[in-house]
Amino acid sequence: MASPALKSAHPLKTTPKGRWLRELYTPNHSAVHRIDARVKVIFTLAFIVFLNLTPSGAWPAYVLFFTWMFSLSLSSRLGIVFVLKRSLLALPFVLAALPLVFTGPAPLGHISVLNAPPLTYSVVGFYRFASIAIKAWVSVMAAVLLAATTRFPDLLTAFSQLKVPTLFITIIGLMWRYLFVISDEVTRMLRARTSRSATAPRSNRSGGSLFWRARVTGGMAGNLFLRSIERSDRVYAAMLSRGYTGQPAAQKTTRLQKKDLLVLAAGVILLVILWLLGVITGG
Amino acid sequence: MLFSPINPMHIPDGFLSVLLSIVLWVISVVLIGIALRKTGQTIGERQVPLMGVLAAAIFAGQMLNFSVTGGTSGHLLGAAIAAILLGPWPAVLVMTSVVAVQALLFQDGGILALGANLFNMAIIGPFVAYALFTLLMKLFKKQTWGLFIAGFIAAWSSIFIASLACALQLALSGTSPANIAVPAMGAIHALIGIGEGLITIGALAFIFAARKDLLIADANKPARNIGVVVGGLLLSLVLVVLSPLASSHPDGLEWVAEKHGFIEVAREAFYNIVPDYSMPGISNPALATIAAGILGAVIVFGVAYGIARAEKRPSAQDDAQR
Repeated sequence: MASPALKSAHPLKTTPKGRWLRELYTPNHSAVHRIDARVKVIFTLAFIVFLNLTPSGAWPAYVLFFTWMFSLSLSSRLGIVFVLKRSLLALPFVLAALPLVFTGPAPLGHISVLNAPPLTYSVVGFYRFASIAIKAWVSVMAAVLLAATTRFPDLLTAFSQLKVPTLFITIIGLMWRYLFVISDEVTRMLRARTSRSATAPRSNRSGGSLFWRARVTGGMAGNLFLRSIERSDRVYAAMLSRGYTGQPAAQKTTRLQKKDLLVLAAGVILLVILWLLGVITGG
Repeated sequence: MLFSPINPMHIPDGFLSVLLSIVLWVISVVLIGIALRKTGQTIGERQVPLMGVLAAAIFAGQMLNFSVTGGTSGHLLGAAIAAILLGPWPAVLVMTSVVAVQALLFQDGGILALGANLFNMAIIGPFVAYALFTLLMKLFKKQTWGLFIAGFIAAWSSIFIASLACALQLALSGTSPANIAVPAMGAIHALIGIGEGLITIGALAFIFAARKDLLIADANKPARNIGVVVGGLLLSLVLVVLSPLASSHPDGLEWVAEKHGFIEVAREAFYNIVPDYSMPGISNPALATIAAGILGAVIVFGVAYGIARAEKRPSAQDDAQR
């Protein structure tokens, strides 16, 4: 990863995304961190499903969903700024739902800004839009909470205990292991490209056409794939030499403890109650 | 990925109806299950690290970008290059890993919506890319320039067709009217697809120069995956035909979604969507569009298939002589 000093000192863009691959997991010792990963996975999924099942315009239920998730995030000591900043990630996608405000059914409302001709909007459409935005936001908060309080190996173990096929777990595990190695490799390639002026301002660029730039980048991509294929050969040889047989090492599957099951059951019951509240109050 | 551009194809949670999300989850899980079985059968444990490391490379390769114009940049998504290098089924697994990790760890795309995102990017993407690449390579008789044209078209189509699927899913969920979502998503991704296509050409050129064997080896064994080729073509055909239809008659979908809200959609979708959807299709212009689309595609497919057959015989003899 490029250091910030290099980035600011250099007139060119050194790396487009300095902190591109920041691992989300934050090591704290909160109660949420300690819960069994399986419970967290199932609960997060149930939370998102019930939140999305809640009809549009059920504002009281949304407030409770939000409060619940927000207080869970705070009690796992993630930091308000971190949670809010991170959860706004899905916000640009809200644009996709924006047309609802103007194409929704009657009754129509009118707003006029600064004596401009009045803008017609659909009230129902606006409610739907706002509901979608809130659901998206709170859902991302739930996903952030899961990823920030669970170590990735624990998450993988949880998935394999939840009967996700082993081949798949192995691939994702290997991918995770090499993700940071390879992203460092990509960062070095980007820095090499920058130092050879391929991203310099137009006047300093050698061969500035779009196709030239695309070809340079494509060459880098091809190079990256070749290096990765060759790296995987070395990885395989190393794995073989350590006794890899194609089967993952046996891992003990522990049953969920009674305490964990209770937590999960209580959470899901609460979710159902919130959902029913949403059905009653929603439009 | 705090500073990475948001990829407009990763649907977050909240935008798709629960029913549609679950249906797409089921479809994706079934297809990924097939991919796991096929991959387990055809290639040994040797490919496991290859797929893992390549998934990491595709993930990290999305950092590789180049400035297009006015602050926008093209960058690699990778479904096409994975399908070309690995074949369709391993590519499905690799892309599944990428999309799943993006959703789980970087919140790029939702968790409930992951089924839809997997369907668009990990299944449609590699399938369409592989089908078109295989067909075009047959058409171009394995010329060097044909490799690059086929690579470009495969990469562009994988992005474009997947974006149509994404737009239709948003429209079906009542999130975005089809007459806005389909042209908007299509247009944005037609441009993004050009970036993807150009990078794919560059990558293929590099691999062709450095490790020709990787590409030649793959070009020689496509016959086994005829199901994927047909499936990929059918997928693209259906989506290309359905999208303009949906966007010219958005009422059927929108009416249901708006009239009833989410839960009613979930409950009644099976009864309502189909008649509302096919009713406008009976009117003449739309029917004509579909018929023309299907006819055109069948003719193109027929020609391509004929060429492929004609091409196959001598090459099969070559193989036999070797």
